[in-house]
Amino acid sequence: MPRFILRRAYFAVLTLLLVSVVVYGVFSILPFDPAALTCGQKCTPQVIEANRIKLGFDKPLWEQYWLFLSGIFLGRTYGAGSAEFTCPAPSFGYSFNENMCVTDMLKEALPITINLAIGAFIIWIIVGVGLGLLAANFRGRWPDTISTVFVLLGTSMPTFVTGLFFLIYVTIKWKIVPLSLSGYISLLDDPVKYFQYFILPWITLAILYAAFYTRFTRATVLETLGEDYIRTARAKGLSERVVLLKHTMRAALAPITTSAGLDIAGLIGGAIITESIFNLPGLGRMTLQAVYEFDLSVVLATTILAASVVITMNLIVDIAYGYLDPRVRMK
Amino acid sequence: MKNLLEIKDLKVTFPTDDGFVNAVDGVSLTVAPGETVAIVGESGSGKTVTSLSVIGLHNRRVTQISGSIIVNDKNESLDIVTAPLDKIRSYRGRVVSMIFQDPMSSLHPYYRIGSQLAEAYLVHNPGQKEAANKKAVEMLELVGIPEPQVRAKEYPHQFSGGMRQRVMIAMALMNDPAVLIADEPTTALDVTVQAQILQLLKDLQTKLNMGILLITHDLGVVAQVADRVSVMYAGRIVEQGNVDDIFYSPHAPYTLGLLKSVPRIGAKSSERLKAIPGQPPSLINLPTGCAFAPRCEYTSLAPSGSCASLKPELLGSNDEHKSRCHVPEDKRDKTFAAEIKGARA
Repeated sequence: MPRFILRRAYFAVLTLLLVSVVVYGVFSILPFDPAALTCGQKCTPQVIEANRIKLGFDKPLWEQYWLFLSGIFLGRTYGAGSAEFTCPAPSFGYSFNENMCVTDMLKEALPITINLAIGAFIIWIIVGVGLGLLAANFRGRWPDTISTVFVLLGTSMPTFVTGLFFLIYVTIKWKIVPLSLSGYISLLDDPVKYFQYFILPWITLAILYAAFYTRFTRATVLETLGEDYIRTARAKGLSERVVLLKHTMRAALAPITTSAGLDIAGLIGGAIITESIFNLPGLGRMTLQAVYEFDLSVVLATTILAASVVITMNLIVDIAYGYLDPRVRMK
Repeated sequence: MKNLLEIKDLKVTFPTDDGFVNAVDGVSLTVAPGETVAIVGESGSGKTVTSLSVIGLHNRRVTQISGSIIVNDKNESLDIVTAPLDKIRSYRGRVVSMIFQDPMSSLHPYYRIGSQLAEAYLVHNPGQKEAANKKAVEMLELVGIPEPQVRAKEYPHQFSGGMRQRVMIAMALMNDPAVLIADEPTTALDVTVQAQILQLLKDLQTKLNMGILLITHDLGVVAQVADRVSVMYAGRIVEQGNVDDIFYSPHAPYTLGLLKSVPRIGAKSSERLKAIPGQPPSLINLPTGCAFAPRCEYTSLAPSGSCASLKPELLGSNDEHKSRCHVPEDKRDKTFAAEIKGARA
């Protein structure tokens, strides 16, 4: 097992390096001058040149990349003399638009996105797997029909439709959930405000995924119910409840876990639409903003972050799979 | 001694898109303690449906079932056909157990062997975890798994096919059932392992005095272990008798056809297998007369037109050996005996 994890970690680092090189490369061939973007309308050539030197854009590309890489581990100092300032390690660069170290921006945005993703995940797993199980167990009867309707609605309504619906009706017209004006509050500080802040974004995101998981669970469970070992379980005299919840679910768990791990990883990279609708200053919105403004450091940082989350989740899923499926464990 | 299993006039039908399938049409048979009764027939003859309904594992939502399946245990008895599912469940694995064709896929891949065995015991003896684990190891030992203590902690994929079928047998016998249904228990195994598994079943039967209902299409298996045989064709029993009757003086043309189609050691390689011509009929629209008539070589010996228009009854000059055929029994005796001799020569 440790050897397996080491090997995977090695490949993970290689992949991340590759991702960063590609993002760096793409931004370097784009036809704009990063130094010119640092100071809007009232710029003089002198300021641009000064900024160029301050942010290191005067150096050759490979050296810029090297400074970026070493910054992650050693921190990075910009400018000189009295104007000198440092982004301590791990530094992912400096955003000239926000006048902040990117790491500090990440520290603000990441908790929001993680809370959004995990909350939505909990809802969609419970609803999706639950409905899927019901649908499979009552195949062709009314619970199955209801789940089919839910799946159809869930998959065919885009997030901006459900999101806007919740915002306009649930918050503004019906006033069921008050409009959250206070911004992000941690669960530990004020649970009520925390839930008010997140509940609608969670539901919006969860509906889409829950629909998919309902379908997926239903199909997986139905397939498993046809297996010979399920017939064996029944032949032992086990009740239908044990057959379904123990023997069938145990086998259906592995593919659902795989899928869930990758979906969560995707969401942590940023749920751009949901974050935009509900005005959540999370990673997705931050990335979008940075792309509009050609803010290379931010895009680079969020891309690498998203890539490392995907890679890490992949690794976790693989390790979890080993525990879920004894046939994989042995190898 | 009282029969452990009495099936009377069992009829099983289920709907398909093309119409009602008469999978089992009036099957009657009995299994006594210590006795092995084989049901022989080709694919689609209704033998598996018969065996599944004995344990109540037919699809209850769509299947229509009539007749009776009486299971007699030490001091209780139950008609599986009319009993509620809860009651049937309390019989499954305790009074009637079943082992299946494919041991590779019949064990849950994610649970340890020992816990799968123990579960079979715990269902009927809730809470007795220690006894269940102890019994699991005992049973593994009984079916000839070396180092049962160690193997109980392993997973099915660490066992070979033959070993898995031994595990299946051990699991089926966790509660000392009165009747064991073995649905093609050796079909998925290679020949040497087949012989071992059959021998094991025989040994265990002697030890535990259980009745075995053996479902198979393999006449070799029948000859090895069966005491009595029911030959099924198109959902009906066409011949029923003890194993010698069936092999040495078959009374139904279908049985004769099966016997003649067995390849013989010593036959010339140029010789073709004597297959029964034609295809088994669809179970949706069975012919009004004898279901085998379209493939039968002996219709000319029967009273004219009877084979095509009348369903033959299961009759015999003695109760032990019965068959369905319109050809008068004395005529059959002579013709078939000669054929069997010819085929064996």
